[in-house]
Amino acid sequence: MAAARKNLSALQSGQVSQLLLPFLQLGEDTLDAFEKGLSKAIETDLLAMTVKQRDPAAFEYLRPSSLEEALQYLADLGEDAKIMSGGQSLIPVLNMRLSTPKYLIDIGRVEDLFYIREEDGYLVIGALTKHRDVEFSPLVRKLCPLLIEAVRWIGHPQIRLRGTIGGSIAHADPSAELPCVIAALRGEIVIAHADGEETVTPDEFFLTYLLTSLQPDQMIKELRFPILPETAGYEFTEVSRRHSDFALVEIAAVIDLDENNEITLARLAAGGANPVPCVLEDAEEFLIGKEPTDEVLEEASVLGSEQVEPDSDLHGSVEYRRSLVKALTKRALQTALKRAGGTKG
Amino acid sequence: MNTKEITVTVNGEQLTETVETRMLLADFIRDHLNLTGTHLGCEHGVCGACTVLVDGKAARSCLMLAVQADGSSIDTVESLVKEDGTLHPLQQAFSDNHALQCGFCTPGFMMTLVDFLNENPNPNEHEIREAISGNLCRCTGYANIVKAVEQASQALAKQGE
Amino acid sequence: MATLVGQSLRRKEDYRMVTGTGMFVADIKKPGMVEATFVRSTHAHAKIKNIDVEAAKALEGVYAVYTGADLVGRVKPLTQIDSHCRLPKHIEDQIKPFMFNNEEPVLAQGKVMYVGQSVACVVAKNRYVAEDAAALIKVDYEPLPSVVDPFKALEEGAPLVQESMGNNLQAYFHLPVGDFEDVLKKADHVLSGRFTSPRVSSNPIETRGVVADYESRGDQQHIWSSTQMPFEVRHYVAKILGLVEQNIRVTAPDVGGGFGAKGGLYTEEVMLAFLARELKRPVRWIEDRIESMSAARHSRDQIHDIEVAFMNDGTILGLRDHFVLDVGAINYFAFTCAYNSAAHFRGAYKIPVFDLTCKIALTHKTPNVPYRGAGRPEVVLAMDRMMDMIARHLNIDPAEIMMKNIIPAEEMPYSQGMYYKDGGELIYDCGDYPEAMQMALEMSGYKDIRAWRKEGRYVGIGISSNVEGTGVGPFEGAKAAIDAFGQLMIHTGSSPQGQSHETVFGQVAGDVLNVGLDKVTVKCGDTALLGFGAGTYASRSAVNAGSATHFAAEKLRTKVLAVAGHVMGIPAEELTMKDGVVYSETDPEQKMTFAQVYEAAAPGPRCKVPPGMEPGLEATHYFVPPTVTYSSSFHVAEVEVDIETCFVKINNYYIVHDSGRVINPMIVEGQVQGGFAQGLGTALYEEIVYNDNGQLLTGTYMDYLMPTAMEVPKAIQGEQEYYSTRNPLGVKGVGESGAISSPAAIANAVVDALSPFNIKIDRLPISPNRVFSLLQDGQRA
Repeated sequence: MAAARKNLSALQSGQVSQLLLPFLQLGEDTLDAFEKGLSKAIETDLLAMTVKQRDPAAFEYLRPSSLEEALQYLADLGEDAKIMSGGQSLIPVLNMRLSTPKYLIDIGRVEDLFYIREEDGYLVIGALTKHRDVEFSPLVRKLCPLLIEAVRWIGHPQIRLRGTIGGSIAHADPSAELPCVIAALRGEIVIAHADGEETVTPDEFFLTYLLTSLQPDQMIKELRFPILPETAGYEFTEVSRRHSDFALVEIAAVIDLDENNEITLARLAAGGANPVPCVLEDAEEFLIGKEPTDEVLEEASVLGSEQVEPDSDLHGSVEYRRSLVKALTKRALQTALKRAGGTKG
Repeated sequence: MNTKEITVTVNGEQLTETVETRMLLADFIRDHLNLTGTHLGCEHGVCGACTVLVDGKAARSCLMLAVQADGSSIDTVESLVKEDGTLHPLQQAFSDNHALQCGFCTPGFMMTLVDFLNENPNPNEHEIREAISGNLCRCTGYANIVKAVEQASQALAKQGE
Repeated sequence: MATLVGQSLRRKEDYRMVTGTGMFVADIKKPGMVEATFVRSTHAHAKIKNIDVEAAKALEGVYAVYTGADLVGRVKPLTQIDSHCRLPKHIEDQIKPFMFNNEEPVLAQGKVMYVGQSVACVVAKNRYVAEDAAALIKVDYEPLPSVVDPFKALEEGAPLVQESMGNNLQAYFHLPVGDFEDVLKKADHVLSGRFTSPRVSSNPIETRGVVADYESRGDQQHIWSSTQMPFEVRHYVAKILGLVEQNIRVTAPDVGGGFGAKGGLYTEEVMLAFLARELKRPVRWIEDRIESMSAARHSRDQIHDIEVAFMNDGTILGLRDHFVLDVGAINYFAFTCAYNSAAHFRGAYKIPVFDLTCKIALTHKTPNVPYRGAGRPEVVLAMDRMMDMIARHLNIDPAEIMMKNIIPAEEMPYSQGMYYKDGGELIYDCGDYPEAMQMALEMSGYKDIRAWRKEGRYVGIGISSNVEGTGVGPFEGAKAAIDAFGQLMIHTGSSPQGQSHETVFGQVAGDVLNVGLDKVTVKCGDTALLGFGAGTYASRSAVNAGSATHFAAEKLRTKVLAVAGHVMGIPAEELTMKDGVVYSETDPEQKMTFAQVYEAAAPGPRCKVPPGMEPGLEATHYFVPPTVTYSSSFHVAEVEVDIETCFVKINNYYIVHDSGRVINPMIVEGQVQGGFAQGLGTALYEEIVYNDNGQLLTGTYMDYLMPTAMEVPKAIQGEQEYYSTRNPLGVKGVGESGAISSPAAIANAVVDALSPFNIKIDRLPISPNRVFSLLQDGQRA
């Protein structure tokens, strides 16, 4: 793992573009293989060699119409297959031939994964639900307004219209919005395969940059977000070089107070800093039971910035990213506070 | 060769065509249908030049396979002008306000905006800028595009009255 | 009788562009056409040991595969573009330059010199199959040490880029104006600084592309290229392939932006011409964006070490600059950018002593060529940042220091004591710089900004100015003619990439022959239209092609009047014309339409032109400017910095520009705004980054950040109109001015906003990460 991290930081320090990273999955899902792939890619300039293309290599196109059918394809085809939902992340990768699957399973029309509902204290969203449907869902607004704040930061309207929430989670970009939210809220990811399904935590699911615990025969079925007290305040904020670029740093924050103005609930996570979404546990713990004075928020944001372990890349040094975590944590907490107590924006 | 038969309605006309499964929607529109008004600027989903409407919604045709569009309706920039040659209010506004120089990115901007103005017929400047922030223009510096959208939204509102 | 010139007329180009019926090179489809793709170097510097093309050749649908070995003895390498490299003798006497010849093979021979260099070429039935085949080509490289830092490249023993040169110092010159050592003795203060303008890429949204056709019957070749210089493409394709130039026709169809990167000649243009002849069928190559990021040429990449000597009151006595231009693997344009840097350094300021030394270094990077501004933004950054530093050193307002050193209006025309690159003395023809600066300061409310800072906001304001030699020769031509239907036709050698030639030259010609814009058809971008042409670059087309159009239209007008007078038996002086009708001023019933005059002038036995006159209603003029004409602009940027996130926001931006007489205000404003947007990109976002091994790290639009509508505010413009005395229209060039001063103005504004931290900005882009480290250093200081 340490060696992999070292190679990863070499990559992050700018040896390859972020966009090229999916190539490094090489269809193998162990960290060892990932590490091997990275070293190989760096040594042989494989990356540079592969990016001179603009059209996909040939593949067989499969379009299941149900989850069951999709899972059967996955069981049968395994590593030769690649799943595509909205295609907004995958197609550039195919265009550059960074990924050349034999089979492309287009799950875009698997209608049984398209839903938003309330279930046992959770807001449950089917994997193929589009960002845009989340953005405009009254149920999401009522049960998990943080998610709406976050989704608005995703790409442009065109991207939100095609991109799916399952796709975004599966892509596991450390600066993407949804992984940060699901980590902050301690949500769950339900994974399906031909023999059944299992529920995993974000901590178990996100392994490192663009790499998840998802096995070749598995796909994400749904995401489950714990429903927050109605009085909880929330905020999602980020900074990116240009509007709608990948975030340099992003913060998801939830805070709730009791009648004595003491903090009873704190949820904080940072994206864009670590290889996986980083729950700012120290800050969360610190906040509980405190009155939300400026000094308290300041201290919490310092704790947050101390917890992340960012890497340096083209757009931000370690120190800069850390300082962003601090600044944005404080701002997010301030806004969340304003919204707390049932005065939701 | 992996091929598949697809049925699409392009600019109001239904077509059934056999395409290679790997063919991008953009290439299908340009090379297969010879509708060359849709342009390709980056082939990785950033510049927005290839934007078309898929079932009425703006989409980047370089981020879609032609096979994914099976059963959909697609509208390209060629659909905007009336049969008698009268320009769509957006087209007219782009010309009136010098919102294009080389014109290469223009079709992508207009298709993005057709969708946007359907959803938000009376946008403010910030909303306009946000709506076109997924389309890159290297010539104009955007100011005149914003002006053109303001004119077009007014013209469309008038048309609707 | 200007009824069209000066009007914001809607563009003739627009209808086809907004309806999607323009014709860009990628839209061209020919029967039997096949597609080419290139295998490109993945190494900055490597020996090619072997290229295995067997699998690629065997793939179904592949027509041909070529490597460098296949071109030996058949296709010569590219060299520098001679027409842009020659310096007049008297300049050589002043600056004592040297320059090594350097070259780039059309496909790499034996070794590669930069990532993105063409190594092999595949032709297949379509792009998809061509890429399938390209993926099967195995290039066996032996990596060699590479050098990407220009200073390291100039060190003894550095890895060589071009072996024949023996070192990497490709060119050099020294320009002395006065004695700087003497000035050093007299000055109260001397400040020095290093200012770096990094590598950027011009990135037109249409990438490059070529379609080449060859008809062996008659030996006719037709090449369509997304180029700024179709005549140069024709000339060099003929030269490199050893062909008869007149058997080649080059067309620049609708071109989706250029900004410099589509100037000159590219290896792909030669390769496609060659392929069409080899395969005897049309071949198309459309560059993709990721290919473009490394294969389309970059720009800027200059590092200036300057010293400035000045008095206690801020009066500058002299300036010395040693600069290095990192030109990448091949220098195609010799001194174009470097000498521009020399000629534009002092801009609107009166700096009597000036001493500049330039070294051009080869490195293992993509070649560096002119891009909007071409050597000017780099020196304006150095000059105006230095002005700001002087002001802060003396604790005087920067505006005051600039004003103190500005050239007074009464000293115009003003000589800078050197030559321009075209050989003319560098004498500003006209303008009023103090007035422009005053206008810009007033528009921006310069003084009020200071008050905001007291409210605890990190708001700053920065100024920059530039004077630009525009409308550089050598020449441009136009042909004016009237057709059988009375339509006025203008053909020019300069062709557009968005600059609105059809409208602007239509306005110029329409005024001369007194017809509306709808009665004028302007065609450009085709070597079949005219004998000679130069191209659109360097803010030159309105001046050169505009003046040529004016003169050709005048010649045509004279001819129309002469022929009509001869036919009607009325002296030409008594005739006038309007809306395509020539009539007697005293008896308007005595008239002929243009169509009738056309018929009367047509060659043949019934030709009725006056004795001694050539038949045919057409006239051609080649305009040769005496030297450039000087446009100017003054920029004021107002920014706010969020010191927690380190983001810079441009609140307001103001530009006062003088581009002489304005032919179409709407188009001129559009050029200024567009230039500003690119300058803003250079200032805050854009940078081409290589790692130490010469690998390109900014190879996609995810990493190379061009500003969107959310980042570019509208620049509020003010205008001066000092008519140039160097052409009949009084026009000056405008294309580049918006891009030249914006980086310096924004940099000065950020320094101002952060003045409590006492920072210096000496390189671009001013990214949040850079602001962060400046603040860290500043706070520590």
